[in-house]
Amino acid sequence: MLKIRFSCGFYTLLLMATLLLPLISSAASKWKSLEKDGIHDPDSPAMGVLQEPAAALSKLPQNTSGNMVDWVKALEDGAIHPRTNLWPETKVRIRNDDVFLEKTGEMPVVRFPHRAHTMWLDCKNCHEKYFISKKGANPITMMKILQGYYCGRCHGAVAFPLTECDRCHSVPRSKLEKIKAESRKAENRK
Amino acid sequence: MHKYGRLIMAGIILFLVFPLRAEYGDVVLNKRAEKEGMPPVIFPHWFHRIRFRCKVCHFELGFEMRAGSNNVTMQEIIDGKFCGMCHNDEIAWGVENCDLCHSGRPGLKSKIHGGHSTGGPGIW
Repeated sequence: MLKIRFSCGFYTLLLMATLLLPLISSAASKWKSLEKDGIHDPDSPAMGVLQEPAAALSKLPQNTSGNMVDWVKALEDGAIHPRTNLWPETKVRIRNDDVFLEKTGEMPVVRFPHRAHTMWLDCKNCHEKYFISKKGANPITMMKILQGYYCGRCHGAVAFPLTECDRCHSVPRSKLEKIKAESRKAENRK
Repeated sequence: MHKYGRLIMAGIILFLVFPLRAEYGDVVLNKRAEKEGMPPVIFPHWFHRIRFRCKVCHFELGFEMRAGSNNVTMQEIIDGKFCGMCHNDEIAWGVENCDLCHSGRPGLKSKIHGGHSTGGPGIW
């Protein structure tokens, strides 16, 4: 009898903890301090010298995954001003069009924005090494991406993680033509 | 219930609430460091991308976008290649500040650490 009461109490506690989890979690550990991140040596002389993640990242547009920062928004809004090149002769190339990947089964169509990607990367980072610049020439699958190929080179490692399905699968098939037209218009404006 | 069931569950809850995790995109480089008597290097992507776009290192400096595929030696860095392009006391601290990069715990494996929702694809 006593044992059962104990268990009930325990499960109530468990349930409460689960409900409170997101709240406690966000308050306690949005960004771990370097000393407690499991990879830095707490006895290293670098502790106290290196910038803490929370000091820098808490000031940027927030997000719910990865570094908890919306990096593209941070760049577009001017919250950060990362250098584009070290050598003056390097050509900084930006491309504004969107690519729509429509063979996505039951999932909404993927809109790949060249602009957000070329703000960070050069064409040569992806082409022709990982992506052939020809429509239909890249047999991209979610399995390949999860294994670290194609988009998975960065997404799931440094760019937003693969749990954020709708950030890529963002175009419902019913609105595809409308969004394609808007995208073409926006491309010319930029 | 298992003898230690409650303890294990409490452990799981504690881990969920106070996880021990690196920042998303942190890279540990330990191909050579510990073999040559230095602690592993920790490269924080978050810190660098506030100051440089990906293309600076991955296009101009030639870093491959795959953990473990860049065969960087300390000599090359001293000669101004790879990290040494900026870590030269002009753009960023110079190579004499060994401890600032070589700041990892002993025994770490080279790979991308961190992860909020995913730990990164299996291949990393």
